[in-house]
Amino acid sequence: MKLKTISELPECRLLVEGSPDREISKVFCCDLLSIAMSRIPGGSVWVTVMGNKNTLAVATLMDVPCIVLAEGISPDQGMISKAEEEGIAIYTTELPVFDIALKIHEAGIS
Amino acid sequence: MGDQLIFTYIIDGDDFTRAGEASSSVKNKLKMLGVNSEAIRKTAIAMYEGEINMVIHADGGTITVTISDTDITMVLADKGPGIPDIGKAMQEGFSTAREEVRSLGFGAGMGLPNMKRFTDEMQIDTVVGQGTTITMKVNL
Repeated sequence: MKLKTISELPECRLLVEGSPDREISKVFCCDLLSIAMSRIPGGSVWVTVMGNKNTLAVATLMDVPCIVLAEGISPDQGMISKAEEEGIAIYTTELPVFDIALKIHEAGIS
Repeated sequence: MGDQLIFTYIIDGDDFTRAGEASSSVKNKLKMLGVNSEAIRKTAIAMYEGEINMVIHADGGTITVTISDTDITMVLADKGPGIPDIGKAMQEGFSTAREEVRSLGFGAGMGLPNMKRFTDEMQIDTVVGQGTTITMKVNL
């Protein structure tokens, strides 16, 4: 599925658009950056509750095109401006990590 | 042996949010050079963990990256407190990071183990009270 499919989910609010036509291959959930960094497949949607610039740095390094912040977490300003610079999408949702990951998965990631 | 490319980065010890910029720059350079994606991934992970460690524990330092035909060598040098027990520091889960750092998603005691796991060679030279130099190599 394409990244923009996530913007059609009513539970997700778009904060940074990124590259809407980029293909998404997987949903990955993890908050610990060392684990996320060493395991996340490139092209994943990353669901996490860590809304800081370090999350963005890891996403940039690992070619992750989209971060979804669960549990109503807001990113700090540094994260937003860096995401705009790097072309990485950011969404936020009130849903818990598992629920939103499942919804994204059901929206079209096989 | 052909030409070598050498890049040096100064890591700012005060600014936690800027950690990762040097790794990101190296990653982009490797991409431009056409280095294979697995070697880029390994280098990016190992160097980012090292960079974070320097900011957390050592008030910054310098990183020198040398790219040759056969490998990528990263030398991370700091004047921090040194590592009193390397065996312990290499254990997954062992961490001396502050609570503030943990709340950012770090400090899980996986930095050094990740650096070892994702490089082909790693050497730690450390003197308590004087600093640490870590040399890591990713083969091409």
